[in-house]
Amino acid sequence: MQNKTTHSLWLVAPAAIMVAIFFLYPLFFSLYSAVTLEDGSLTLAHLTKAFSLYSNDILFTIAIVLASVVVLAILSITISAMIVLSPFKSLVSLLGLLYRLPLFIPFIVTAQMMRTFLAKNGLMNNAFVASGMMTPMDTISFLGWTGIIITFVWKQLAFSTLLLSGAMAALDQNQIRAAQNLGASRVRILFHIMLPQVFPTLGVALVLSTVTMMSVLSVPLMIGTGTPTMMSADMAFRVNSYGDYNVANALGLVSYLICSGLAWFYLRQSLKDKGATA
Amino acid sequence: MHSNHQHQPEPSVMKKCKCFFDAFNSRMSFWSQCVFILIFALILFGPITNLLIWTVAETWYFPNALPSQWGMKYWYQVFNPYSDVSGSLLTSIFIAVLTVIVCLLVSVPAGYALSKHSMPFRVFWMLLFLIPQAFPNLTVYMNIARLFYDVGLNGTIVGVVIVHSVHGLMFSVWICVAAFASTDPMLERASRNLGAGPIYTFFHIVLPQAAPGIIASCIFVFLESLDEFTGTFFVGAPDITTLPLLLYTASMEGNYQIASITALILLVPSILFMLLINRFMKPEMLAKIGK
Repeated sequence: MQNKTTHSLWLVAPAAIMVAIFFLYPLFFSLYSAVTLEDGSLTLAHLTKAFSLYSNDILFTIAIVLASVVVLAILSITISAMIVLSPFKSLVSLLGLLYRLPLFIPFIVTAQMMRTFLAKNGLMNNAFVASGMMTPMDTISFLGWTGIIITFVWKQLAFSTLLLSGAMAALDQNQIRAAQNLGASRVRILFHIMLPQVFPTLGVALVLSTVTMMSVLSVPLMIGTGTPTMMSADMAFRVNSYGDYNVANALGLVSYLICSGLAWFYLRQSLKDKGATA
Repeated sequence: MHSNHQHQPEPSVMKKCKCFFDAFNSRMSFWSQCVFILIFALILFGPITNLLIWTVAETWYFPNALPSQWGMKYWYQVFNPYSDVSGSLLTSIFIAVLTVIVCLLVSVPAGYALSKHSMPFRVFWMLLFLIPQAFPNLTVYMNIARLFYDVGLNGTIVGVVIVHSVHGLMFSVWICVAAFASTDPMLERASRNLGAGPIYTFFHIVLPQAAPGIIASCIFVFLESLDEFTGTFFVGAPDITTLPLLLYTASMEGNYQIASITALILLVPSILFMLLINRFMKPEMLAKIGK
C-alpha cells in the first residue's frame, strides 16, 4: 500500500512541480516584490507610489468591474430564467444556442470586433443612421469605459449564463410545479424559489468573471482611450516602459485585494444564507 | 332556483374573460420573448458582421455606411506564403502543438492518479491545479517574464510553451481526471488478474476507455494556446509573434483589414469547437460547480 501511494505521488509530481515553479513561485515573488525594498526590508513605499500615481485608474477599474458584474448578473438571470421557465420550446432552443456563441471566442478577437463595431463609423452607428434614428453628425464613439463594459459583458455572458442555467435546470422540478399549481406567477417562482437556490452558482460565475476581467490586457489596450485606463494596462506600461516591477507588483497586489474583496462578499453572503436556512 | 339562475352566467363569462386574457398574455409574452431574442441576436451578430465586412473592405472611410470599395486584396496579401500572417500562423500552430504535448505528458499520469479515491490529499492536489484560474494571472506573467529574462528563456519558443502549458494544465488535468474516473475499474482488475502487467494494462485497457475525454482536453488546450495573448505579450514579444500578437499590432497600427482577417482565423475554430462540444456539454453537468 505504501508503495502504491508513493507511485501515485510520482505520477502527480511533474504537473504539481510545473504549477509550483511557473505559477506559485512568481505569484509569491510578486507579493514579495510589492512590499519590500531592494535590501529585503518591508516597505509601503511601492503601494503609496502606486496609489498616488494610479488611484484614478484603480477606482476606474473597480467601477468597470462592478458595472460589468451587475449587468452580467441581470442578463444571465434573465436569459437562464427564460430558458428554464419559457413555455415556448422552439424559442428556448434558439436562445440556448445563441447565448453560447461567444463562449470560446478569445478576448483579443472580441476586442478587435468591438473596436470596429463601436467606433464612430462602426456598424452600430451606421445601422442607427440608416434606420433614420440619427444623423451621421450625431454619432458618438463608444470606445472608452462603455466599450470596455460592453466587450466584457458580450464575452463573459456565455460563461455565466451557462453555469446559471445549468444550476436552474438541475433544481427540483416538483417544487416549481407545486408553486405553479398553487398559483405563483413565473416571476414569483424565479425570485422566491429559483434564485435563492442558484445563488452559490451565480456567485462563483461572477467571481471567476471578475478574475478574468482583471487580468485581460487586450481589451483595455484596444478599447480604452488613454486615461483613465484599467490597472492591467498600467501594469503592462510600468513594466514595459520603466522596468518598474515594484510598482507594477504593488498594483498587482491591489488587484488581488479587489478580487478577494468580491470573493469575501460572496462567501459572507452565502454563509449568511446557509445560517438562515439551517 | 332564482339565485342559481342569476349566478349561472357569471362564472362562464368570467371564464371566457380569463381565457381571453390568458391567451392575450401568452401571445404578448411570446412576442416579447421574440423581440428579446431578436435584439440579443443583433447584439451578438453585429460585431461579427462588422468583422466580416472589414475582411473584404478595401477602402472604408467615415461617413460611408458601407465600404466604398470591396475586394479580396488583403486576403491575397495575408495568404502570401511570405506574409507576416502565414509566418505567425505557423508559429502559433507549432507552439500550440508543443503545448498540447507537454500538457498531455504531464496531465495523463496526474489525471490517472487523481482519479483514484485512494490518492492521498486528493482535494489538495485538485485545488492546486485550480489556482492558476483563481488569481488574476497578469501579475504572474509579468514576473515569469522577469525570471525568464534572467535565465534567457524570454523571447524563446520554450518560454512561451511553458507559459501556455501552465495555463492549460488546469483544464487538461481536470478533464483527464473525469475521463479516467469514468473508466470501468473491473476491466482493469480483470486484466491484472489474467496476468497482464500494470503498464500493459494501462496502455491497452485503461487508456482506450479514457481516450475521448483526453482528446477533448487536447483540443481545448490547443485552442487556449492558439488564443493566448497576455502571457505571450510578456514572455514572447517581440521575438515570437503568434497570431494574437500580430492581430494586436495590426489593429494598433490601424490596419483593420489584416487585423480582421487574423481575428477571423482565430474566430472560426473557436465557434466550431463550441458547436462540436455543444452536443456533449449539458448545462446540468456543470451544475455541481460551486456546491
